[in-house]
Amino acid sequence: MEPFVSHTGRALPLRRSNVDTDQIIPAVYLRRVTRSGFEDGLFAAWRTDPTFVLNLPQYAGATVLVAGPDFGTGSSREHAVWALQNYGFKAVISARFADIFRGNSLKGGLLTVELPAAVVEQIWAVVEADPTVSVTVDLAGRLVSWPGGQAPFELDEYSRWRLMEGLDDIGLTLRHETDITAFEATRAGFLPTTVPLG
Amino acid sequence: MGRTLAEKVWDAHVVRRADGEPDLLYIDLHLIHEVTSPQAFDGLRDAGRPVRRADLTIATEDHNIPTIDVDKPIADPVSREQIQTLRRNCEEFGVRLHPLGDVEQGIVHVVGPQLGLTQPGMTVVCGDSHTSTHGAFGALAFGIGTSEVEHVLATQTLPLTRFKTMAVTIDGVLPDGVTAKDLILAVIARIGTGGGQGYVIEYRGEAIRSLSMEARMTICNMSIEAGARAGMIAPDQTTFDFLSGRPHAPTGSDWDAALAWWRTLQTDDDATFDHEVVIDASVLAPFVTWGTNPGQGAPLSARVPDPASYSDPLDRAAAERALEYMGLTAGTPLREIAVDTVFLGSCTNGRLEDLRAAAQVLAGRHIAESVRMLVVPGSARVKLAAEAEGLDQVFVAAGAEWRGAGCSMCLGMNADQLSPGERSASTSNRNFEGRQGKGGRTHLVSPQVAAATAVTGRLSCPADLKES
Repeated sequence: MEPFVSHTGRALPLRRSNVDTDQIIPAVYLRRVTRSGFEDGLFAAWRTDPTFVLNLPQYAGATVLVAGPDFGTGSSREHAVWALQNYGFKAVISARFADIFRGNSLKGGLLTVELPAAVVEQIWAVVEADPTVSVTVDLAGRLVSWPGGQAPFELDEYSRWRLMEGLDDIGLTLRHETDITAFEATRAGFLPTTVPLG
Repeated sequence: MGRTLAEKVWDAHVVRRADGEPDLLYIDLHLIHEVTSPQAFDGLRDAGRPVRRADLTIATEDHNIPTIDVDKPIADPVSREQIQTLRRNCEEFGVRLHPLGDVEQGIVHVVGPQLGLTQPGMTVVCGDSHTSTHGAFGALAFGIGTSEVEHVLATQTLPLTRFKTMAVTIDGVLPDGVTAKDLILAVIARIGTGGGQGYVIEYRGEAIRSLSMEARMTICNMSIEAGARAGMIAPDQTTFDFLSGRPHAPTGSDWDAALAWWRTLQTDDDATFDHEVVIDASVLAPFVTWGTNPGQGAPLSARVPDPASYSDPLDRAAAERALEYMGLTAGTPLREIAVDTVFLGSCTNGRLEDLRAAAQVLAGRHIAESVRMLVVPGSARVKLAAEAEGLDQVFVAAGAEWRGAGCSMCLGMNADQLSPGERSASTSNRNFEGRQGKGGRTHLVSPQVAAATAVTGRLSCPADLKES
């Protein structure tokens, strides 16, 4: 995973709440077996509307998505994270994220930044007034800044460290393989296995 | 101090705990399907890692497979490739697979409990958000993404930050004609699609205790629609009776040892929850959704709400947008909404009890001419059991289509889809825009409401039907 320390880019204001992962990437795109190439499915249904914000030329090349609350609800499809990343987004700002989406994002290096709804509203106003402004998401300092404002955000120290170092979770866990083996030795004998029955 | 059910199961699975780090949790059962696993197996292959515990892993084909002509090669080449990829991966890594055509094939969340693999006190994960279904047994069960699927395949563990706990207590008795689906839709409307964020919900109270295992699975299944990581119900005699004799349930002295552990899986009297919600079952009624998220629901007797009645501007905008997408006008009685399609199935309501309930309504009746009805059993076993009871004949005689097992129109990934502008009454779990096909409009309902709606062509409950 690529380390994430700080990112500066233009922002895309998505004034919608409850953006579920079926909207981020519809199911018909999930038949692929790769991790790349999902950018064409990003918000596929909404993109058929020429006035949808992703289609507006003034926001082309934006890398920070600023969305309404409850972003990423619904299906656990990690394809939603891949679609956002494949399209070019590095960070998503929202007042509240669905748990599974947030977990998937942080695993894959897409930074989710939770800010109060009033702050999201401020950023929307600034970006809509001037789509050329840059927004900086600084993970090192846990701070989002934009022309005329800034706001701190919270992220647990462990996730922050992992993202900044670009560490692979599996590698980290396998450092504790002896603990796993020791735990396995204590598991109850009545627990089921999936071994086919005679 | 006492502990909640969720805390007891969590604590029993901690492999490693260290300050400032997530707990490393052991996973007892990992369920796999074709859609969220290919990239995880690729990751293993790239890193040269094996599946650590193939004997705690099981795969089935459900999301993407056709529900007709299941004995023929899958027509769509992209879908076929995904299925073949799962088959190759399971072969290469030694994972048990129930492919299309196998008697144990079906929706992953129907198959696990059916085989007796889902048991109280276990940790269960799957690359699917409706893994919360298995919480009905008092298991801690939750959906994960593909990176986590790879993590579990490689290590049989997951690093996790402790969940918060919420009690949803349903006091009293459900009125006649009110089902588990109505109950959970009412709960989601009450706490909202984000209200459960970060929580494990434990469903408690008299109304929950009186529910069958199948109804409990319907409840826990939709916990994710309230934003919760998981839903749980403490195991009791209903749970033990369901498990007894299942293929992978313990037997003999193992059963006794398991039972002794299962009986401890209750929230202690002096335990505290981080949040509590109490609902009176006796005031509940058949419930349907009118909008584009599962929290936008109302009793069937209500009218389409007026967006202006919402004080929060984002809620108001969401309601306006939902009505526009759904093609509905504020103030319209929900009973006047006409549908083209009725879908009976899914991991929410595709079990035998659901099919029986719908068949009871349809027996001796015919669906409206304007309606097509798809009946998709949750598993091949459910299909066989339904056929043994003659339920398939009831559905076919009523004019419905009797299909093979799978996820089907719940998510519109295979050919079973709504066309743009078509409207469904669906026993599934999500009414998101385009969920059942691009431009399709979904109303979430119980199996009983689905069947009655198929008869009248408008959102209806069985009590609305004249005696035939």
